[in-house]
This record gives sequence, structure tokens and C-alpha cells, in this order.
Amino acid sequence: MDAFVSLAHGLTVAIQPMNLLFALIGVLLGTAVGVLPGIGPALTVALLLPITFKLDPAGSIIMFAGIYYGGMYGGSTTAILINTPGESASMATALEGNLMAKAGRGGPALATAAIGSFVAGTIATLGLSLLAPYLVDIAVSFGPEDYFALMVVAFVTVSATFGDSPVRGLTSLFIGLLLGLVGIDILSGQSRLSFGVPELYDNIEVTTLAVGLFAVGEALYVASRRHIHEEKLEPVRGSLWMTKEDWKRSWLPWLRGTAYGFPIGALPAGGAEIPTFLSYATEKRLTKHPEDFGKGAIEGVAGPEAANNAAAAGTLVPLLTLGLPTSATAAMMLAGFQQYGLNPGPLLFADRPDLVWGLIASLFIANAMLLVLNLPLVGLWVRLLAIPQPWLYAGILVFATMGTIAANPSPVELIMLTVFGILGFLMRRFDFPIAPVVVGLILGPVAESQLRRALSISLGDPMVLLQSPISATLLFIALVALIAPFVLKGLGRFKAVED
Amino acid sequence: MSQYRKGLWRGALAAAAVAGFVTSAAAQMELKIMAPAAPGGGWDQTARSMQQVLSQSGIAKSVQVTNVPGAGGSIGIAQFVNNSKGDGNQLMVMGYVMVGALLTNKSPVTLDQTTPIARLTTEYEAIVVPANSPIKDARELAAAIKADPAKVTWAGGSAGGVDHIAAALFAKAAGADPTKINYIPFSGGGEALAAILGGKVTAGISGYGEFESQVKAGKLRLIGLTSAKKTANVDVPSIKEQGIDLEIANWRAVVAPPGISADQKKALTDAMDRMAKSKEWQDLLKQKGWEDAYMSGDAFTKNLADEQNRTKEVLTAVGLVKS
Repeated sequence: MDAFVSLAHGLTVAIQPMNLLFALIGVLLGTAVGVLPGIGPALTVALLLPITFKLDPAGSIIMFAGIYYGGMYGGSTTAILINTPGESASMATALEGNLMAKAGRGGPALATAAIGSFVAGTIATLGLSLLAPYLVDIAVSFGPEDYFALMVVAFVTVSATFGDSPVRGLTSLFIGLLLGLVGIDILSGQSRLSFGVPELYDNIEVTTLAVGLFAVGEALYVASRRHIHEEKLEPVRGSLWMTKEDWKRSWLPWLRGTAYGFPIGALPAGGAEIPTFLSYATEKRLTKHPEDFGKGAIEGVAGPEAANNAAAAGTLVPLLTLGLPTSATAAMMLAGFQQYGLNPGPLLFADRPDLVWGLIASLFIANAMLLVLNLPLVGLWVRLLAIPQPWLYAGILVFATMGTIAANPSPVELIMLTVFGILGFLMRRFDFPIAPVVVGLILGPVAESQLRRALSISLGDPMVLLQSPISATLLFIALVALIAPFVLKGLGRFKAVED
Repeated sequence: MSQYRKGLWRGALAAAAVAGFVTSAAAQMELKIMAPAAPGGGWDQTARSMQQVLSQSGIAKSVQVTNVPGAGGSIGIAQFVNNSKGDGNQLMVMGYVMVGALLTNKSPVTLDQTTPIARLTTEYEAIVVPANSPIKDARELAAAIKADPAKVTWAGGSAGGVDHIAAALFAKAAGADPTKINYIPFSGGGEALAAILGGKVTAGISGYGEFESQVKAGKLRLIGLTSAKKTANVDVPSIKEQGIDLEIANWRAVVAPPGISADQKKALTDAMDRMAKSKEWQDLLKQKGWEDAYMSGDAFTKNLADEQNRTKEVLTAVGLVKS
């Protein structure tokens, strides 16, 4: 009950006019930078830090939180409309979302993303205020072996992103795993596959790969097909708004996405990408309309979008309770706290309850603001698709290049973007799915370093993977997920015979 | 009378001209400071704090901060040395981490090619154990390492970084073989901290700032800092005072491009001297919790060379650099 009293008190802090204004500036800025690939919320907060130095701590931290949530919204808009995920956590959204947009259902896709983000953000923020102290104990008890087991589950389930042919999907995945090896190996400090190019030491940037494969590859592919077969894009087909059917198909994925996003986001090494993949895979498996996947299924947008927003709230759990920044943006917010001489951690809740609860309350407000801002814009956004194709795709290329350069001003990065673009074009031309490449790049290095850490701690004894109850459970889930489809298929055949 | 008045007038004009010249010479400095890291990290924060103080106090007319991230500063320094040769208006923030990174990355550009200007701040390393650990102080940790270095697991930052070097030096000072230490690098402070809090490792090592709030909350036990003497902000004697001969600090400094003239070097050094003494800078250090470690001129040049030699020795000993 204490939490509710504190939360009510926090609301009184958050609805002061100045703080409302800061929240509004935050969500606007966040949406803007989330739209541009490469420039994420972390960079924005970093650049604002010296300016906000003189402001009131509560106001600027509320603004930072607005930027964070806004960034998650903005990233999905470009992912859906022009297949350019503004950040890696929106990649799963692009898969079905862009297909929906191409089929004239961009409106409902954007709407389910916005409402799903709102629902997930609200539930997760509620979770943050009620469960944070308990959740954090579990989060900290997650050891390297448990993370490795979680990665195994993710690997098993991502086969859902493979498209129709497992062999082609695995080929793509292995390209991603290979790219994940490039750079300095975190455990030994030695560089691998970087061929003496210093820019490669820091590993391949996920956004560069995603933007190259998705946006540049797509632009090249459309250009190459133009004379053979002109694809007509209809900005709106049917209702601009979500139909009753859309609502029915969206609400469960929203909740499931939240259930993945919040706890995994709260893990110190969880991140926002893994829950989006898991959510996508789950929705693909559970859907009543499997024929829609690959053509634009609304479940495939609703789930991952809810998951990434819930994960954003999740990362605030370790930040506020332990002072553990688990994402780049959280790290910047930590720097923001420290700028005012505040140290997030076990003592912050006790020392500055007004600040903590004000922040949590302002997350609710930021969420509501984003919904109000974004829903009316849906109609405007989908008009983007009415732009003649050559202009639209030329614009996408400029946009993708600008974002990459802004995030990392180096010619090497541009060359990589181009090479990944050509790779994306070739893969599309020869029918290889591109999502598993990005999945491999994200999951591969994490799985490898966590496994090696676990073995290093256990002095080389692999039994550590089964001795930890969390790890053992997760590995069991992975095993079930791997075998179940075959068993079910067998049973199904059996049933069919019986019928 | 008129003659006298004329003279006075002339004198005043001359004085005004001189005064004007002096202030403009100082204020003409249009500095560019490179932070060879992404926005938000320690080097970036140092560069932006310098920007704030230098422009507020009028030591420089304008200060621009640029970020060139990548590979522990290897990319930034390469660009700095190659593109800014002889430019007396440029500075680059660097620190102890760069010394190690340039060695492990086999960087073709070295710090010897830059012009050292001044050391600004320092942060001592802290060794901590989980609150329920049987290890109580530095001696017991040293004994455990001496008994079997592989069984003592360390969590800290990137391989070859200051945390890793400090752990190796601790093992060496404890009389164990530093090549045998079981050091587990984590990316970013948060993940390492989680592993220590969760009791997954024996000990953790990082800048004290990373652990401070956990130590105060009683979730971690501070074994000691790597300073020469106990510092005011902690209750535990330094590791050296506990009889383990280990002293290391993660310092941050600024360097200028190669090939600048003696005058240019003096102007930059003077600007740093004035900045370090200013009230604004002192307030900022307090607010950020950075220890003042100001040192300029030949003393810093010598100190930088010593640190490079010592680091190379340690990194070779733990096998990260092949001689």
C-alpha cells in the first residue's frame, strides 16, 4: 500500500506545470531522435547533459525519461513505414509492420504499435513501482550461466524469423554469428577478424547492419525490380483505424509482449532486443492466422512493440534500486543523476523519495502524452507512402546514410553500410531472410562471452550449466521448444488419421 | 595644462590599448577539445567539464568538444596526431586506459607522438567483496590468491584495462604468479557490479565511484583503495597501508598535437594552470567526485613515460602484449 501513497505523492510532483513541460519536451525530442536511425536516446541525453546542468534535478531527469520513452516510439514509426528500424529494438517490429504498411494497413500497424506501447509502458511502469525491490534480487542472482541458457532459449525460438526454409534461415543466422565475431574479444582483449582496421575493433554496430540490410538493401531491390514489375503501394486500404478484428488480435500479444519485456529488461544484461524476438516467435507460434505471417500480421507488430517499451521500463529497475545502468540510455541517465550529486542505489528511494516517485509518475504521464501525440499523426505518417517510389527510396537512402554518419562519423562506417546494403540486396534477390543476420549479430557475442565467463568462474566445469536452477530450467524450456513442434506434428498426423 | 592633459590622454589611450591587447590575447584562444570516446563516458565528461569552466571563466573565447569514439581511444589518437599537427589550439583528453589500449591494440600511433600538457584528475581503484564473503581485508585476499590464484575470481572492466592491470599487480604484490589470475572482464560497470552483488565472483575491482553507494548500503565490503594513504571518503586503510605493495590510479590528462612551438605549448599549459586553479574547476571536481591530481610541464611528461613503461611490463606479464 505504501507504494500507492508514494506514487500519489509522485504524481503531485509530476503534474507541476514546469515538470509537465519538461516531460513534453522530452517526449517530442525522443520521438524525433528515435525516428532517425543511428541517433538514439543515449546520444541525445549525453548532448543535453551539460545544458541541463543548471536546471532543477527533478525536471531534467523527468525530461530524460521522456526522451527514453519517446525514442522507443519513434523507432517503430520508421520501422513500420519505411522498413528502417531506428534502433535494434524495433527490428522485430519492421518484419511484419512494413509488410502491413505495404499492404495498405500502415494505419492499423502504427495504431497497434502506439497503443501497445502505451499499454505495455503503463503496466511495466506499474510493475516498476510495485515490484522493483523484489525483482532486483532475482535479477542480480542471474549469473553468466543463466544468461547463456536464456540465449539458448532465444536461439531456439528465433527460428520463427527464418521464413519458410530452415536451411536458408540457418545460413543467414551463421552470417550474423560470423559478423558478431569481428572486433576485440571482450574476454581476452585480442582482436578477431578485424584485419588491422581500427574501426572494426569495437565490433560491428547493430544499427549499421540493420539499416544496411533493411533500408539500403530494400531500396536497391526495389530499384532493380522497377522495370520488371512495378509494385504499387497503396497508402490506405480499408480502414485507417484499427478494426474490431484488429483489437481482438492485438490485446493478447500486447500483454504477452509486456510479460517478456519487463522482466528481461530488468536483468542487468537482458536488453530490449531479446524480448522482442521472443515475443515475435511466440506470436507466430500462437496465432490463429498463421497464413498472415510473412504478409503482414498485426500480432507480429503488437507483441514486439509492447515488449520493447516494457523493456525500457524494466531497465529502470536496476538503475533506480541498485544504480546499475543496463542500457546506454540508462547509463546516461545515471550520469544525469550524478551531475546533481545524487547516487541511484539502495539509498535513493529512502533519501529522495520525491525525486524517484516523481520520475515514476512522470513515466505514466510521458506515456499518455506519447499516445495523444502519436495517434492523430498516424494519418499523416501513412501519407508518406503516397510519395512516388523513386523519391521515397532516394529519401530513405539519404536518411539512412545521414543517421549512420551522425552516430559514427567515419568513412569505414559508410563503407560497411554500403556493403551490408549490397548483402541485403543479394539476400533478398536470392530469397534468404535477413532478420536472422541481425539476430545472430546481437545474440552471438552475448552467448559466447557469457558461456566463457561461466566456465571461467567454474574453473572449466560444464556442469555449472545444470547446477544453477535458473539455467537448468531455461535449458529445459529450450529443449521442449526444440522438440515440441516435431512431437505436435506427429500427434497432428495421428489425429488426422483417426479422423 | 593642455600639454599635460594631452599627455595624460595619450597615456590613458596606451594603457587602454595594452589592456585591450592582453585580454584579447587570452580570450582569443579558440580551443577544440577532442574526447576520443562516445558522449557520456569519463573522457567525454572531462572534456565537457573543461569546456564549461574554460568558457565561463573567460580563459578561452570559445571551446568546441568533438567526439571520436572507438577502440579505447586508438581511433581518436590516430586522427588527432595525423590531422592536427602543429595546431596550438587543440587538445585531446586521454587517460590511463588509453596507455593500455594502445599497447593491446598494437596501435601504430603512440602517445610519444603527442605533446603532453597536463594531468587533471585521478580516481583510485577499489577492491570489494560481497558482504557475506569470508574475506575481511587485503591480507586475507592476498593469502587466498597466494594459495591458488585461479580460485579467486575477479570481476572488472575490459581486458587489459586499468581494472585488469590493478588485479594483476595485486596478485604480484601478494606473491602469486600474475599470469595465473582468473580475471573475468565485463562490459560496462553495471554487469560486473551485478556479478559481484550476486556472489558469482570472489572479488570486484573498479573505480571507487562504481561501488560507493553499495558499500555505504552494506551490500559490499570494501577491502581497500589503491591509494598511497587512506583517503577521507572511506573508512578502510588503503591496500598499501595494509601491507600489500600496490599503488595505481586511473588518471585523466590532456595532450596537444605533435609539432607545436614552445610558445604554443606554453600558452596551452598556462591556460590549463589557470583552469586548474579556478574556483569553477574546484567546485566541479567536488560535484563530480573527482580527485584533483593536477600536474603539468616536465613533471607530467616524465610521469607519462613512467606509466607507459610500467603498463607495458604488466601487460606483457599477463600475456596481453607480446614483446
